[in-house]
Amino acid sequence: MDLAFIADAFGRLMGALPLTLAVWALSVSIGCLLAMGLTWMRVSGSRPLAAFSRGYIFVFRGSPLLIQLFAIYYGLSSFAFIRASFLWPFLRDAFSCAVLSLALCTAAYSSEIFRGALAAVPHGQVEAAKACGMSRLTLFRRIIFPIALRQALPAYSTEVISMTKATALVSLVTLQDVTFVANKIRNDLFLPYTPLLIAGAIYFVLNFIIARAFVAWEFYLSAHQRRRVV
Amino acid sequence: MGPRLPLASLIAQLGFGEKGWGLALLEGALMTLLVSIAGLVIGALLGSLVAWSKLSGNVMFGAIGAAYAAIFRGVPELLVVYFVYYGSSALLTGLANLAGIEGFVGVPAFAAGALAVGIVSGAYQAEVYRGAYLAIARGELEAATSVGMPRLLMFRRIIAPQVLRFAIPGLGNLWQVALKDSSLISVTGLAELMRISQVAAGSTRQPFVFYLAGGVLYLLLTAFSNRVFDKAEARATRGLRRAPG
Repeated sequence: MDLAFIADAFGRLMGALPLTLAVWALSVSIGCLLAMGLTWMRVSGSRPLAAFSRGYIFVFRGSPLLIQLFAIYYGLSSFAFIRASFLWPFLRDAFSCAVLSLALCTAAYSSEIFRGALAAVPHGQVEAAKACGMSRLTLFRRIIFPIALRQALPAYSTEVISMTKATALVSLVTLQDVTFVANKIRNDLFLPYTPLLIAGAIYFVLNFIIARAFVAWEFYLSAHQRRRVV
Repeated sequence: MGPRLPLASLIAQLGFGEKGWGLALLEGALMTLLVSIAGLVIGALLGSLVAWSKLSGNVMFGAIGAAYAAIFRGVPELLVVYFVYYGSSALLTGLANLAGIEGFVGVPAFAAGALAVGIVSGAYQAEVYRGAYLAIARGELEAATSVGMPRLLMFRRIIAPQVLRFAIPGLGNLWQVALKDSSLISVTGLAELMRISQVAAGSTRQPFVFYLAGGVLYLLLTAFSNRVFDKAEARATRGLRRAPG
């Protein structure tokens, strides 16, 4: 166990980091959009839409991400009509299946966070905006969204961090991300500890940076709540 | 026998007959339940140790506890499963070779899996117990001290019952997490629900059906245990006054 080996393994693991980051960034962004849609359905006042949203959240939060990922990547490809459809180039590809599956899953968790944040917007603020004749769109853009965003950030940062951890599962559908490479080095060289430890450190630093970024963002958004420095 | 309809053969594959995977899936669900319970219990031990280390006021213990919680919250669960499974097997093999036993000695997948789930769960349970301890009314602890109650008795009569009561909602969430994390143990080959679904998917060439069936069983497990935790919470807080509103 020499330094040269550790440097070499570190280099190979860092080489796999872009894939991990790509899966993470794409699935978090798509998942965030889906979650907004689900939250909108839930509060839209339409019973079928709310029921759909509720059912979706129940299914995707109640079962493990791994089985969802396998059902999409290995499961859907077993249907002839899917292989014949225009979706096949997309669903044949492990990367797009991984992003799709992670996005569908995080959408369910994020939607619950967004719903809680919406419910935490003080009603008086909405009433005041309506009283001075603000249009619905302006009301959402100027009053509801900024307040809800600030409320959602702490819980949402936890969800985003749990997504970097969830990207490790894509190594089980042939994608060569950080976890895949770590496990390969472990297996090839019969080294039970070092590669996994280095990979763990990479994920840990990544999550630390994300957590700090969210704290900084929250700080930036809550300027009015900070004590004034005289 | 004539050719069977696809639907009929599907039902046979999912059923409990000779060609059916129904029983195996149920056994897998039972294994998932057992390994998750074992994981939750290991997590409870580790979590309460960490909570105690943070509350003790001892700087060194507090730092160790905080580091443990931070590390296992920031590292993928799958890596922890690999690390515990291969790491503990390597450790055991090394010890066995020292004792003169040749060859590879593997740690049972159940033990390694439960330990991995427990280590991750413990990092999160620590916060649940710490919060629950801080929610105990200070006056009750002072009253116990003032009547000269020994520390151990105070823990047993005053602290433990209330910590458990306040911890139930948080533990319910972490139980669900443990149940879902246990699916990662399938990479060690333990015959839990995820692994059985995988084997059935491969051998019947009906992957979607069997991942769906496995997913439904997971949903049943989470939905059912949700009710159990709700009942437990209602029972544990039956003597508490609720906040108005």
